[in-house]
Formats: sequence, C-alpha cells, structure tokens
Amino acid sequence: MSRPRKKQVHLAAHFPGVNNTTVWSDPASGSQIDFASFVHFAHTAERGLFDFLFLAEGLRLREHRGRIHDLDVVGRPDTFTVLNALAAVTTHLGLGGTINTTFNEPYEIAKQFASLDHLSGGRAAWNLVTSSDSFTGENFRRGGFLRPEQRYDRAAEILQVTKRLWDSWTPDAVRADRVSGVFVPDGAIEAVHHHGEQFDVHGRFGTPRSPQGYPVLLQSGDSDPGREFGAATADAIFSRHGTLEAGQAFFADLKGRMPRYGRHPDDLKILPAATFVLGDTPADAEERAAQVRRQQVGPQTAIAFLEQVWGRDLSAYDPDGPLPDVDPDPENVSITRGRVRHERDTVALARQWRELAESRNLSIRELIIETSARQSFIGTPAQVAEQIDSYVQADASDGFILVPHLTPGGLDEFVAKVIPELQDRGSFRTNYAGSTLRDHLFQGDTPASRDRPREPIPASRDS
Amino acid sequence: MNPYLGVELDGAGRHPAAWRLPDARPSELFGAGYWTDLARTADAAGLDFLVFADSFAPPVDGPGQTGIVRGRLDAVAIAARVAPVTSTIGLVPTATVTHTEPFHLSKAIATLDFVSLGRAGWQPSVSSTQAEADLFGRKDAAPAAVLWRELAEAVEVAVRLWDSWEDGAVIRDVATGRYVDREKLHYIDFTGEFFSVKGPSITPRSPQAHPPLVLRCDGTADEPAALPVIGRWAQVVRVAAPDLATAAEVRARVRGAVAEAGREPDSVAVLLDVETLLADSADEAQRVLGQLDGWVDGERFALPTYTQRPPTAQVVGTAAGLADLIEDAVRGRAVDGVTLIPLALPSGLRAITDGLLPLLGERGLWSDGDDGDGGVGGVGRPLRIGRQSKAAAEHPVAEHPVAEHPATLRDRFGLPRPANYFATNYAATNCAATNCAATNYAATNYSAANHSTEARA
Repeated sequence: MSRPRKKQVHLAAHFPGVNNTTVWSDPASGSQIDFASFVHFAHTAERGLFDFLFLAEGLRLREHRGRIHDLDVVGRPDTFTVLNALAAVTTHLGLGGTINTTFNEPYEIAKQFASLDHLSGGRAAWNLVTSSDSFTGENFRRGGFLRPEQRYDRAAEILQVTKRLWDSWTPDAVRADRVSGVFVPDGAIEAVHHHGEQFDVHGRFGTPRSPQGYPVLLQSGDSDPGREFGAATADAIFSRHGTLEAGQAFFADLKGRMPRYGRHPDDLKILPAATFVLGDTPADAEERAAQVRRQQVGPQTAIAFLEQVWGRDLSAYDPDGPLPDVDPDPENVSITRGRVRHERDTVALARQWRELAESRNLSIRELIIETSARQSFIGTPAQVAEQIDSYVQADASDGFILVPHLTPGGLDEFVAKVIPELQDRGSFRTNYAGSTLRDHLFQGDTPASRDRPREPIPASRDS
Repeated sequence: MNPYLGVELDGAGRHPAAWRLPDARPSELFGAGYWTDLARTADAAGLDFLVFADSFAPPVDGPGQTGIVRGRLDAVAIAARVAPVTSTIGLVPTATVTHTEPFHLSKAIATLDFVSLGRAGWQPSVSSTQAEADLFGRKDAAPAAVLWRELAEAVEVAVRLWDSWEDGAVIRDVATGRYVDREKLHYIDFTGEFFSVKGPSITPRSPQAHPPLVLRCDGTADEPAALPVIGRWAQVVRVAAPDLATAAEVRARVRGAVAEAGREPDSVAVLLDVETLLADSADEAQRVLGQLDGWVDGERFALPTYTQRPPTAQVVGTAAGLADLIEDAVRGRAVDGVTLIPLALPSGLRAITDGLLPLLGERGLWSDGDDGDGGVGGVGRPLRIGRQSKAAAEHPVAEHPVAEHPATLRDRFGLPRPANYFATNYAATNCAATNCAATNYAATNYSAANHSTEARA
C-alpha cells in the first residue's frame, strides 16, 4: 500500500463514561450495561472505519460527601469480557480499554491481552493507567499501597514484565507438525526471570505470541515523567484537547522526545479526547450544544460541582439562585472521591467564579454551565470535519478519541455525516486496508512502525 | 429424568497427542474460529453447557514435552468470544482464585452473564503448585486446606458483589436528578482470613444474578477441604470417579455436605466426568487410542502428569456404550448427569452430538425440545428447559416465568433467580431509614424481575 498523499486522521470511539459528560436524561439514552448497547456502538464505529473502540475503567464507584454519587451514570461491565465479546460482532475495529497496573498482576494481564489479541485476530489495545489511591484499593487484595511518586516506576516495570512474557514465545513456536510430531519444539518458550521493586515473576508464559505481538499500548499522563514514559513506550497518547497552539506544543514536545529512544515520530499517535455536537446550520449546532450542556449540568449536578470547589454541604442552596455567601473550606478538598480532581487552589477559583457570576448575574447552575468545558467541535458536519482535519494537518494531533454524550447512538450522526466529509477531504480511509489495529494506526507510515520489535527488550533489573 | 449433559473443552482434547489426528486443527487452537465452531456445534445440539478448561500451570521444557499441546488462552475470554455466536448453551469458564482478585472475577463472570444474556456459569479452582505461585511472586504454594478456605472467601466475595446492586437500582429519576437509587447499592464490607473487599461492584446485578457455581469434588486428598465449600456454595458438582459405584458414594457425601450447610440436596446437581473416545466400533476406538498413546509413549510420557487430573470414568468405544453408561448412571441414581471430556477434538464433540444424543433420545433420556412451538435465538429450536424444578422445595418462588425469556443456565438446572442477600437481610434496616416499599418489592419480586437491568423511570 502506497503512502497516502495527505496526513491521515485517526479516530477512536470512546464508549460514554460514568461522568456528567454522558447525558442519561435524554429519551434517546439507552442502557450503559446491556451488551446490545456495546454492539450498537461498535457497529457504528466499524461502519465509520474507526481505528478502535475504547472502554474506560474505574474500579470503585465514585463518592460525593461520603455517599455514592448518584447523579451521573453509574456502573460498568468488565473491560476484557466486553472486548472479547465485541470481537465476535466486529471484523476490523480495534478493541481497547484501560486496565489498571496497580490492581492487576503482570502475568495475568499478559495472558488476558494475549488472549484478546488472539481471539480478535490482532485488534487489542491497552491503556495503561496506574492508581495510587487507597480508596480504590479497598476493593483489592493489595490495597492502595503505592506511593504517588512510584506510579511510573510501577507502570514501567509492569510493561517490562508483560513484554518479556509476550516475547518469550518465538513467533513460529507453534509448529503443530504432524509428520515430525512436534507441537512446540524445545527451547521455543524462554523462561522469564524478573526480580524487581514491584514484581517477582519466574517461569514460562502460557500463551503463544499473539498476532500483534503486543497489544497497541496507549498512555495518558501530562507530567514530565508521564511524557517521557509515553515517548519511550507508547503507540498512542490519550491526551487532553485544548487550543491549536497548545496541541502543537504538546505534539512537538512528545515527538521530540522520541529519537532519544530510537523511535521515529510516526511510531506514536497523539489522540486527544474530544467531544462534538452537530447541527444543520452553525446556529443550530450552537443551540444543540447549549442544550446538551444544560442536560449535562442539571440542578443537582450544579450544586455537586459547586460543593467540590467549596468543600461544603451546599444542598440547602437554590441552584437557580445566587452563589453561596459563605467562603470555601480549603481544608476539605477530597469531598469527591474516585474521580480526577480538576482544581487545586479552590479559594482562588471560588473568588474567580464569584466575580464572574456577579458581573453577568448568573445563577449557580448558569455559572457551572458557563464554566464547564464547551464541546471540542461544534458545527455543521462540514465544519466539524474541517476543524478535525485542520488540527491534524497542523500537527496539533494525529486524530481524536471521540467521546459522544449519548449511549449507544451518540456516534451515529457523526459516522453518517462527518466521516464522508473527512473522506472527501482525502484525510480519512475509505476502507480498512489491513486487519490488525497496528495496521490501522501505522500502515502507510514508516516500515519500522508496522511491526513492533520481536526481540526481547533488555531487562535492567534481571536477577 | 433426563441427565444433565455438559462437555469440557480443552485444547485439541484431553489426550495430549490428540492434535496429531487427521481431523484435528492444531494450528488453529489459538484462534477464534476453532472455538466458535466447537461452541456452535454444541449449541445447535442443545447440550446444557460447555466448560472451558484453564490453569496458570506454565508450560515446561524437556523430554516428552515437544509432542504435546502447550499454550492456552484465557477461558473467560473464550467464553465471552463465543457468547454472541451461540444462543442457548451455558458457558462455564474455569477461573482460578488463588492468585487473582475476587473483585475482577466477580465482575468478569457477571459481564459474561450480560453478554450471553444469562448463560454464564463459573468453575472456580485453585492453583496448587509452586510453579504457578512463582509466576506471581506474591506468596508460596499452600496446602489444599488453605487453598480451599481462600476459594471459599473468593466465592463469597464474588457472590456478595453480585448482590451489591439490587435489581432496579438504576432509576433515571429526572425530577431528582438521580440516575441510581443509592439505597439499593451496598457495601459488602467483607473481611476474611485472606483479604478484605469493600464494594459495591462496579457492575450491576446480572440477568441470572448468580451464575451457577460449578465446583469439583474428585475423591482425592482435596475432598475434605472441598466438601464444606461445595456444601455451602455449589449449584453443580463435578465428580471424578473411576466407576458408578464410587461416583454414587461421592454424590452421597456431596449431598450430605449440602444438607449440613442447610441447603436442599436436590438443589445441587452432581455430574460425573467421563472421558470419551468414540468410534463406529469398540475395536476402532481402541485402535485410535493405541495410536494416541503410542505417540506419547514414544516420548516416555505419562498422561496423568500432563492433565493433573485424578483418573475418572472413560468410554473408549461406541456411542451405544457411552449411552449405556449414562443410562445406568441416571436410572441407578448414581449421578444427575455427566460432563463429557472428549479425548480428541473436534471429532469427539461431533461423536457426542451426532452419535450419542440420538441414541439417548431413542432411550427417552434426551430431548432437544423439538416439539414444535417456535424457536429461540435464531436456531429454530425451542428450548429444553430445566428438566424438573428440583429446587422448587427450597425456593418458594420457582414459578419463574422462564417461558417468556431465553433460558438461562440457572433455568436449565431448575434454579430460580435468587433473592438478593442485601435486600433480604437488610430490609428491616432500610425500612427504618427510607424507601421501605421499594426495598420490600426488591426482596420479594426478584424472580419476576425482567432481565433488563435498567428500569426506566
């Protein structure tokens, strides 16, 4: 396959998550759990020739003011099990998910991803996330023992061990030769001996090398160690979406770190998470976007958001009334647990919000709607295609991980209307040229990125 | 009474040389097509369930190893992969508990239940060797008594997590802005000898609520450790025994353990493991076995070493011979059914579906429900549902409306959808707080609850 003339857009489909981005009050909102919803979503993404489907993970239900948070979608199925089942109803779509490195052991993860990759014909992807919170740890044998500064040490070590396990079978180990009677020859399965800070793993791996060798590796993490880890090891970065300039700076920084690890910039795709709202006209799209934001921030959700900043019980306040006259309690910042916290200096933020609300005469709910993020892309299908393409062509990203606000139909309109626009621009595939997720992400790029290294990577802490 | 009929699938069959037979598919053992073909064959034939074997036991190098199948895929993954392409058969993966997280196991099996629309089961097992322990590096191998105590805790955690969401917890109440009624979500607050788990699960209550638990009772040194766990938790017990008389003794001990745990012995099905190698004549079957053994003997190889299974009943002969054994087993009340373990695949499965089942049908021991009132799931074959509601005495709500739903694996075993532990045990406390009516509704109407998890407000 010859290299496309124009830089190609890569798209992933993020199954709507358990936060207020996902609108459940809409009549079109379906089950977040029933397998039929996943099938619908996967079929839409595959019809749209997306690179992969993505499932997020959270291993403890979120709590707000000491009780289970009940205002957003709650509940998710097991990631591996859904992805394996989806492999049965799709043929090309990549199947990726977050699997936590703190609450899993490398041998089991290696077996599970190798199994998914085998059973999907080479379509597995792993988003490595490392937690250090004891809150989630209460659901696990190991507890939440990890010091925050050890997060990337653990992620790096678990990746090192899983790669050694995946590499421990030679690619042609399974001979299955009836004539000679050899199924797997002696010496074809290398014994792994790893002794490290986090893990002691000794023995042979039980699963033959899978079609992709390794699952496609996704990472997020914006800190300096996070960026370094991504530049060294990731196939794709799940980043935050911002301005064109911020995207270009992140893109250049990440890809600039790669030569140090002997990697070509094309070996890594940068895929910010992005939301979108479509309309028949620009004004229509803006109106729909505003409506979605009102759905995302209901009256009770507005109070809950305010409580996260104020660190107090504000349930007595009217969401359609003015901001509380009391000041935030800066000591009580952990009012919501089990989710990423956005703000650190809550006193300054509260002052800023108070000024904004007073100057524009905003109620609590109006303020929260005003200050919550606008959708990344708002417009007609042609406008949204143009915006996406311009980010990619300007090297602010290699594509996007799209997060629809509705389950399971939130991607239907995008696939029907925006994908053809992107194809018309020559920026998006018109068929799947390969069969594995690595093919989708890297085919047409440098030959080096087509196949991951098949030799074992050096182990620094071998016994 | 018709016997329960399940089949265990493992690689190219239980015999380690089976991959060399002409109809074997040895180069496809790690691909989806092999497993979906097997599962569809068993599904179309109306078998009750498939067990997918699994273990962390690592492959070893050395004399006699090159000629045997090495390598396996995760059994829960295989079960999930075949779920969407099958419609009625139960899917029972083996999943070990010694080196894994109960929280993950609980939601994985619950999710298998969602993707199969209520056909999941679970065969929990222990990892007893140091070789397996070394792959995880967290602890050393432990004796059976310890491993089974830990298994009991893992099962208890998994089952409590399955109940940590009551049915109808998702309310989508726009007026109050609440997606979920948190009074119907429960911390399990489990603290045991081996671990503590807070809960609730991240996964709502599944179609069957409690996918059937399949436990092994092998008459080995493990049995004293296993029996109390079986007595408390098992819905299905797999027995390895060399003959029916021994099997009947094990069954009696299992039923004793169930009664001792305060449960109704008739609510637990005891199935004998039978290894099978079938051919048109007994001589031909013996010839094939001789060929298989010859391939292994040539490498001075011992079968039990590989399978790590205690010896069990074996039929190397004709389908009629196997039918005789099954007939004797159920008419003599030695066991409630069998788990057939083909020595070679896929031939061994075909011999069961095409050879054995028609014979059992002629003897009145099998009907695939083909009595003509409509098909289910596109296979054009009506359901053959739970032969008798054996558990009716134990569960007063056995008038589960099975006819209106695709049959679950629990239906096949005559088990109603279970009451929710938390809704039942904590109803009084919840009443004191709020929401008394809703709680009692959940406690009493579980069997009639629909299979959709998301009641819309």
